[in-house]
Amino acid sequence: MTSRPVPTTHSRPLPAGLTREQLLEIYRYLRLTRTLEERLTALYRQSKVIGGLFRSLGQEGESVASAYALERGPHRDILSPLIRNLGSMLVMGAQPVEILRQYMAKAGSPTRGRELNVHFNDLERGFLGQISHLGDMIPVMAGITLTFKLRGESRVGLVYIGDGGTSTGTFHEGLNFAAVQRCPLVVIAEYNRWAYSTPPEKQFAVKDLAEKAKGYGISAGTVDGNDVLAVYEATKAAVARARGGGGVQFIEVKTYRRKGHAEHDDQHYVPQEELDWWAKQNDPVDRYVKQLLQHEWTEERDLTEIDERVRVEIDQATDACVNEPLPQPETTLPGVYASPPAAERLWFRSL
Amino acid sequence: MTEVTYLEALRQGLWEEMERDDRVFILGEDIGLYGGAFKVTEGFTKRFGEQRVIDTPISEAAIVGAAAGAAHMGLRPVAEMQFIDFISCAYDMLTNYVATARYRAGLATPLVVRGPCGGYVRGGPFHSQNPEAAFFHTPGLKIVYPATARDAKGLIKAAIRDDDPVLYLEHKWLYRRVKEQLPEGEEIVTPIGEARLAREGKDLSIVTYGATLWKSLEAAEQLEQEDGVAAEVLDLRTLLPLDDAAIVRSVKKTNKVLIVHEDTRTGGVAGEITARINEQAFEWLDGPIMRVTAHDVPLPYAPTLEDFVLPQTEDIVKAARWLAAY
Repeated sequence: MTSRPVPTTHSRPLPAGLTREQLLEIYRYLRLTRTLEERLTALYRQSKVIGGLFRSLGQEGESVASAYALERGPHRDILSPLIRNLGSMLVMGAQPVEILRQYMAKAGSPTRGRELNVHFNDLERGFLGQISHLGDMIPVMAGITLTFKLRGESRVGLVYIGDGGTSTGTFHEGLNFAAVQRCPLVVIAEYNRWAYSTPPEKQFAVKDLAEKAKGYGISAGTVDGNDVLAVYEATKAAVARARGGGGVQFIEVKTYRRKGHAEHDDQHYVPQEELDWWAKQNDPVDRYVKQLLQHEWTEERDLTEIDERVRVEIDQATDACVNEPLPQPETTLPGVYASPPAAERLWFRSL
Repeated sequence: MTEVTYLEALRQGLWEEMERDDRVFILGEDIGLYGGAFKVTEGFTKRFGEQRVIDTPISEAAIVGAAAGAAHMGLRPVAEMQFIDFISCAYDMLTNYVATARYRAGLATPLVVRGPCGGYVRGGPFHSQNPEAAFFHTPGLKIVYPATARDAKGLIKAAIRDDDPVLYLEHKWLYRRVKEQLPEGEEIVTPIGEARLAREGKDLSIVTYGATLWKSLEAAEQLEQEDGVAAEVLDLRTLLPLDDAAIVRSVKKTNKVLIVHEDTRTGGVAGEITARINEQAFEWLDGPIMRVTAHDVPLPYAPTLEDFVLPQTEDIVKAARWLAAY
């Protein structure tokens, strides 16, 4: 971080117990997320991304801010991100080059080309990749946080679920199980208005997702998901309650998915004026920048400096991996089991 | 030596592993103070406490998912399905999450899911199932199915110690019916992946597992007495991975194979065994590989109906006679 003196004349006190360096670090993660996704979009259009591309445009704020409320480092808190929580993974220490390699199915990717996009994990850094079956990570994170509790460790888990994901059976079973066991688990429920093409009114009959949580005896609240500092403060408080033995905490973040389900999806089911409004009036990065400048917590050139550094970082990460090879076919057989070490190569491949 | 039932052997194995390794804990429905529907875990809460004997909601997916999370963190969970029929509620969690975890993500998931299987007990369609075929198709899982008291103990211990996820299928008809003298103070661990020659013979091989091992042994005895046919009986013990070598060894010795299982026929384990013998020992066969299995219907309740649907000793005798004469 730059060590420019803090302007003092008209500036408001720093918010949410954050230092100026932390405010700028949050900004860096927001910018890193958006720039990395923009780079992935370019690579997708060049057919360098092998599978689908999933954007978190408009939701970066809640991903970054909620993850930022955790304790990071080896043997500290663990979160489980969904496809639109790239920002949370970056906060936990995932590197842009890892994400790029994953999307391009490179041999050197964290999963060696076995899995897609953000589906990878590092429990040391504190992130556990999702599988595509929505809701399944809730029971798994219940088990991880149950382990924290059984061992008497002062650690917390955080798991994301989308509005559509709250319709699954595993969401219900996992949440109820964690509530009964009073697991130190924070659930971030993202109300982003679209589950693929399905709007909330076809997904559930409650108004707010927080109402669902109350049915499990879980403390729940709703927060403006595009207000970075509000999400940070709400998560910080929830994490503290969970760490202090308060059991499962549920935070609904109201946000908006500004892109289609994936890049192939033209969003014809979304009114254009709705998209325009969220882009112009309620972008989480714009709002955060406005706060930072209005309250004189930072100066414009601090932000442009970060933007430039992020751009260089993404350029370098792309250059480092874009021409790397795909995995060798033979590498696909090992590692199904601890023992035996590799699956059998079938006979017709030796003819 | 003490005579112990299959159920007591399983209980001892679980108990000994919990004594040996404090990472082992158990979770399931009514397993705590109640001791489980069949009393496999009776007395466990008193000895090991509620932290290691966890009563859960009726949530099989959450039980298996939570076990997976705990296993990632280095614990050794053993999850009980009150009846194995309910494992289908955790099918997604087992096949999509647990089975793929090591391969896709390098995540160790050493857990055991165990529960009472099988029929011959008038349990009806939802308390009598044999679920092995549903999971046999999934790379990443192991499946063991003990038939003897010794293996009930030896395989639960091996399953808990294994670094991969293991489905431990126990047969409720054998729980108190099968007894065996087991040595006290000697560690019994049955290696996963190894079949056991339960009876030697030269005229044909009966390949089986679970409750039908005992029916096959009865049939083999009857064939010896009444027909002078020497049937070899192979107890698979592990279904995934199959012990191809033991199967092929027996085929090469007897040249005729009858596969017997209690599960339904279509898509059952016997089909896969047949294919493997075809691939690995075709030239050694002196007759078609034949199957004795349950009929392809949901398992009915009435004794007359259940007896008709499930393979009986007499069915095995008749089928073996047919094959021996081929």
